[in-house]
Amino acid sequence: MRTGNPPAAGARGRRLYDFPGGVHPEGHKAVSTGRPIAAMPLLPRYVVALRQHIGEPARAVVQIGERVLRGQLIGRPEGYVSVGVHAPTSGRVVAVEPRPVPHPSGLMDLCVVIDADGEDRAVDLAPLDWHRMDPSALRNRLREMGLAGLGGAVFPSFIKLNPGAKRQIPILILNGAECEPWITCDDMLMRERASEILLGAHVMRHMLGAEQVLVGIEDNKPEALACMAEAAAGSDVEVVGVPTVYPGGGGKQLTYTLTGRKTPSKGLTTDVGVQVFNVGTAYSLYRAVYLGEPLVSRVVTVTGHVGSPRNLEVRLGSPISDVIRAAGGELPGATGEVIGGPMMGFDLHDTSAPITKAVNCVLVRNAEHFPPKPAPMPCIRCGECARACPAALQPYELYWYARHRDFGKTQSYSLFDCIECGCCSYVCPSHIPLVDYYRFAKSEIWAREREKQAADLARERHEFRIFRLEREKREKAEKLAKKASERMDSGAVATDDPEAARKKALLAAAIEKAKQAKAGIRPKNVDDLPADKQREIAAIEARRQQLASTAEPSDTRSPTPDS
Amino acid sequence: MQDYLLILIGTVFVNNIVMAKILGLCPFMGVSRKLETSIGMGAATTFVLTLASGLSYLIDTYLLGSELFYLRTLSFIVVIAGIVGFTEMFIKKTSPVLFRVLGIYLPLITTNCAVLGIPLLNVQERHDFVSSLFFGMGGALGFTLVLVLFAAMRERLEAADVPAPFRGTSIAMVSAGLMSLAFMGFAGLIK
Amino acid sequence: MLAAVLVMAGLALVLGGVLGWASIRFRVEEDPLVEKIDAILPQTQCGQCGFPGCKPYAEAISKGEADINRCPPGGEEGVRRLAELLGVEPKPLGEGLEHKPKSVAVIDENLCIGCTLCIQACPVDAIVGAAKQMHTVVPELCTGCELCVQPCPVDCIHMEVIKEDVVTWKWRYPVVSIRKTA
Repeated sequence: MRTGNPPAAGARGRRLYDFPGGVHPEGHKAVSTGRPIAAMPLLPRYVVALRQHIGEPARAVVQIGERVLRGQLIGRPEGYVSVGVHAPTSGRVVAVEPRPVPHPSGLMDLCVVIDADGEDRAVDLAPLDWHRMDPSALRNRLREMGLAGLGGAVFPSFIKLNPGAKRQIPILILNGAECEPWITCDDMLMRERASEILLGAHVMRHMLGAEQVLVGIEDNKPEALACMAEAAAGSDVEVVGVPTVYPGGGGKQLTYTLTGRKTPSKGLTTDVGVQVFNVGTAYSLYRAVYLGEPLVSRVVTVTGHVGSPRNLEVRLGSPISDVIRAAGGELPGATGEVIGGPMMGFDLHDTSAPITKAVNCVLVRNAEHFPPKPAPMPCIRCGECARACPAALQPYELYWYARHRDFGKTQSYSLFDCIECGCCSYVCPSHIPLVDYYRFAKSEIWAREREKQAADLARERHEFRIFRLEREKREKAEKLAKKASERMDSGAVATDDPEAARKKALLAAAIEKAKQAKAGIRPKNVDDLPADKQREIAAIEARRQQLASTAEPSDTRSPTPDS
Repeated sequence: MQDYLLILIGTVFVNNIVMAKILGLCPFMGVSRKLETSIGMGAATTFVLTLASGLSYLIDTYLLGSELFYLRTLSFIVVIAGIVGFTEMFIKKTSPVLFRVLGIYLPLITTNCAVLGIPLLNVQERHDFVSSLFFGMGGALGFTLVLVLFAAMRERLEAADVPAPFRGTSIAMVSAGLMSLAFMGFAGLIK
Repeated sequence: MLAAVLVMAGLALVLGGVLGWASIRFRVEEDPLVEKIDAILPQTQCGQCGFPGCKPYAEAISKGEADINRCPPGGEEGVRRLAELLGVEPKPLGEGLEHKPKSVAVIDENLCIGCTLCIQACPVDAIVGAAKQMHTVVPELCTGCELCVQPCPVDCIHMEVIKEDVVTWKWRYPVVSIRKTA
């Protein structure tokens, strides 16, 4: 659905550009904007995931039983693309173990479980002197403080705030478009904390050396627009209302709408001199720099079929079940939870999973707003999806080849430019879950990439091993030759090496000892088993004994270690 | 010049060697499974065919003349075999994968009826040297065109929901027939 | 008659000369196809194909001495890609070969006697340890070839299937039932 509008005029007559495609799903925004942002009450227990951002997970630096304070680093960043993880309150670490996390797979991931002591004592928080700090030191500090993009991709912010050696980033865009239906956390944040967001933006601008700061807000949020414009009055930050069209909040789409700069295929917006940050990220940067507080909380929209849909300021690690309860709890007739919005979100498998930096919305479904999807029908090649695609791809071709597992072809149709916005699935008259196919194809391609890397590593190591063995053989031969010539010289010939015999005897003793140890060990998990299982185990043991006794006399596999 | 252009268009579209003359069907069915392969095959055939039609014209005119006309087929085959052998070595050196993928079809260009057919048609139609070259190149380009088109179609057919009995070669045959019908549409292009 | 013989002989001589020159000019030193085949093989170096490693198997395929369906770690997918590269029909894995989920070797450190036999067997040097010291497998480097399992004199090595985590998890192929239209 091409909007077809002539370029709309922004607040100060800025020329706006229309990106291709896009859809107009029903917003349902008013559902959760009626109440101000409320802080969640302190919970008795927090489950802090160590992988909350893109890249390497943080490494736990706390022990079980250790006391931690609010804002204390509990996960140290590992590798370059990684940020720190912090305790959301004071308390005691009770476990570091895999727990359910909000992830489409429903798999568990390593979390630090903290029992709150109710005192909520914080570590000493010192504001950062960002004006005078060395840029690299400031970025490192932000890395440690756990700052990551709160718009959904959770990419470590310190990397995005690095303008690079040569790269010029003249334009900084604050993304307040929030195009996904139902979600209002950025909207409410802009209404209530506009000046703080702008303070954060100033730090960003300073770090990037950007000349221009634009704030893009969809025009279905007049209150947020007004608040931001008011806060920005007198400064050169430009607050621009952009047309409401999904996915107008995509980084590349917003960049095009505001500047007319097209991000190249497989590129980033920085390739065209634009860096985009979510308003929530700017707010958390403000807290980090001006208050010295690491990223330990975020605003989350809890909406849909709940008692009082609203936005909550939630500490990271709060179990989602508690968060839903704080918003009035699920109403009867709820049919499950979605993390994120209806277009790009995924189903939550377990409500005990915690809020992470990536979770901007918990959406409780019901049958009225989320009827079961009709069964898909064959593709009729109508081309609606291509008209709706904001990345100007050909979704029907991608589908055609992804369905046939022809991943090379999907890549030649620019699969990786797909932002998985779901517009194509939304308009598909055959109800084909197109995005699921793209996600399938992408993860298969990634898996292959991983396999290939593993194979390359193995090849390299194997080749080195062959080289090493040959070298050793050669060295040994040389040594032997030398020895032989020496012996010839001395005339003494050793008949048998007593040392070797001694070694052999020692080894045999060690094997015997290990065998006895193995027989003596009772597996740990055989207590309180039902009788039939016990019997089964006994039978297996008996068979093993028998085998061992028959094998014993003719044990030809006596080891001969490197002699 | 216009004559040459007409020869080119005529051989590419109207008298397409595969679609209208139904020559060279075995590589047409054999190496049209993948687009890259078909392009390689098309290029190899174009090279061989252009060279072969020029050389065979020279041999026919200056070596055989009217006396030794009975050696025509024999000498043409020898020339073509020589060129194919050369091409084979060249491809093996420059693109081993293409060499492997073309497999048996590369040496089989030698016995490809299209490759022998064009020099013989040249003689039959009494083309001069340049016309022969154009005729050879046109025929080869026509061959490449339909081969590439057909390969693109078959790549797409791979992923299509084809009823089980029609999968593979059967549906390829059916589509080749339809393609031939479509090429009949060019018949009225040149009188 | 003489003219015909002379013509054919001349033709043969000229063409033979050209071909002879070409065969020298375009001589292929090494078969680069081996590299391409080797790139598809999973590099487990497990020897299940009957060759002492992936490279020898790749060489054998390239020479046409081995079939493409002898590599169980590569699975059907690997066979399919080899078939695609070589322009032949894919076929099922050979007799007695079976694709297993990727696993890594784990040494029971209570039982290990430090005999270094597994270290010698490991084709990618993924086991660390020294004589009479406990050995351990570096899981990131282990290819799951199982070559270390058999040599262990105290049977303290077993294979563990690698479990999916949130990083290696893959989106599944969408299972949809196409609605029957009347």
